[in-house]
Amino acid sequence: MTDGLIMLRRQFRHMARDLSTTLLLLAVPIIFLLLFVYVLGGTLGDGLGGQGGRQAYVNYVVPGILLITVASAVQGTSIAVAIDMTSGIMDRFRTMAIARTSVLTGHVLGSVLQILCQLLIILAVAVLVGFRPDATVTEWLATAALLTATAFALVWLAVGMGLSAKSVNGASNLPMPLTLLPLFGSGFVPTESMPAGLSWFAEHQPFTPIMETLRGLLLGTPIGNSGAVAAGWCGAIAVAGYVWARRNYGRERSA
Amino acid sequence: MVPTMTDIPAIEVTGLRRSYGDQVVLDAIDLHVPEGSVFSLLGPNGAGKTTMVRILATLIRADEGVARICGHDVAREPDRVRAVIGMTGQFSALDDYLTGEENLLLMADLNHLGRTERRRRTKDLLDRFGLAEAARKPAVTYSGGMRRRLDLAMGLMGRPKVIFLDEPTTGLDPRSRRDMWQIVRDLAGQGVTALLTTQYLEEADQLADRIALLDHGRLVAEGSPEELKRLVPGGHVELRFADDQALKRAAVALDVPPDGEPLVLRVPGDNRIQTLRNLLGRLDAAAVEVEALSVHTPDLDDVFFAVTGAGR
Repeated sequence: MTDGLIMLRRQFRHMARDLSTTLLLLAVPIIFLLLFVYVLGGTLGDGLGGQGGRQAYVNYVVPGILLITVASAVQGTSIAVAIDMTSGIMDRFRTMAIARTSVLTGHVLGSVLQILCQLLIILAVAVLVGFRPDATVTEWLATAALLTATAFALVWLAVGMGLSAKSVNGASNLPMPLTLLPLFGSGFVPTESMPAGLSWFAEHQPFTPIMETLRGLLLGTPIGNSGAVAAGWCGAIAVAGYVWARRNYGRERSA
Repeated sequence: MVPTMTDIPAIEVTGLRRSYGDQVVLDAIDLHVPEGSVFSLLGPNGAGKTTMVRILATLIRADEGVARICGHDVAREPDRVRAVIGMTGQFSALDDYLTGEENLLLMADLNHLGRTERRRRTKDLLDRFGLAEAARKPAVTYSGGMRRRLDLAMGLMGRPKVIFLDEPTTGLDPRSRRDMWQIVRDLAGQGVTALLTTQYLEEADQLADRIALLDHGRLVAEGSPEELKRLVPGGHVELRFADDQALKRAAVALDVPPDGEPLVLRVPGDNRIQTLRNLLGRLDAAAVEVEALSVHTPDLDDVFFAVTGAGR
């Protein structure tokens, strides 16, 4: 564990040095938020049922924006892992008598903490543009727990991507679809409004139950079984990402 | 050479084989490197040098054979091996985002050095490797020579008993290369065992106590630089005479036919004192006056071409 904390400190140094990447990845959800609230929000809000307009849409879209924040941030994780793998530093760590996965632990812990900070920033921006949640303290805690679990799961998936990518470029492209996934779910419009095939996909993809649960916790919409499904998806993605990452990490690399 | 301190060799390799697919990269390699010596694996690109180092450094596995570092099996006890080795690769293994100092402190922390010790060792290494001035600059701004020195310094933080230097001077300018050589000599002086791979004959000749020539995954020759040079035909003593008469008498006395060059006789032999004493004794006995004498020993280039086949 000590080795993992040493590696975590290394990650913090990297983030501090490479602030531009962090800001760039943070810009993605902010642009989505402003675009959807101010350009499309007036019309989309009316389509939610009732005549809520822009104000109703801000509340509706925030859970989707939060997931885009996570998805965009893990792109940074994947890139950072790939940079380590393609430079000699990973080989150096592997020839040292240190905990085998401490490098990965450092990446995962560092990224999750970074994502939580970014989520706070995005929530603040959301409140500035009119987001008005009605969550109780317990609901806020549950929201934090779910977002942490989602970040943890997607970070492990991104570590797996970073390890399996042949180049840093590849590692940067692999997680891209994750950023768009909230759009093909209940993030921006209700799934019922989509054509049959797409709406089936939107209802069954992992991000939708997470977004529905967040919406329920923050705004009091019905959650139903979404909470349990969301937790299941987080667990499954985390385990799959972890196993994939471990396998890629242990794999021999020729020089 | 530093005397052997224990009976356990620093590096011992028997019957090591490794292939990638159907391409054999290392074929039945045996090595024995005593503690405190500098051993060089010399060979052209693709000879298998880096694969050898990667197996010994626990990065990849051998298909067959046993390799031990300070008595620990690299396949069975990798962590024990990792605790005694240091590695410097052909591609600098440092963290570009961190400064030179932070890179060293990271190594100190991973070696679990105490609070004062980590600072002290880091400062020592920065000074010793001429990096003190650039200590607070990110490694990404370093020159090739500085990167290589920082890389080596990082490998030394854990006070390794055995250090692997995989082509430590490839791509360096002549001055940085000399600096690196001096560093390796200093290490050897402190009793660290070094396994050095290189494609430069001069480098192996300058630094190594023993050299193994690797070609297409096979060890084609092994010995001290002097022993290897003696392997090559062409070592000779050249005698120059004042007149033809002396040349003829010397040819008879030494039983060597003149090879046509006027007033010169080439006698096969090396530069050992005994050989020369013997030679001069026979000339004295025959009362032949020699005007000049020079000894020609082949260099490692000759050895390399002789054992691997010329025209490469």
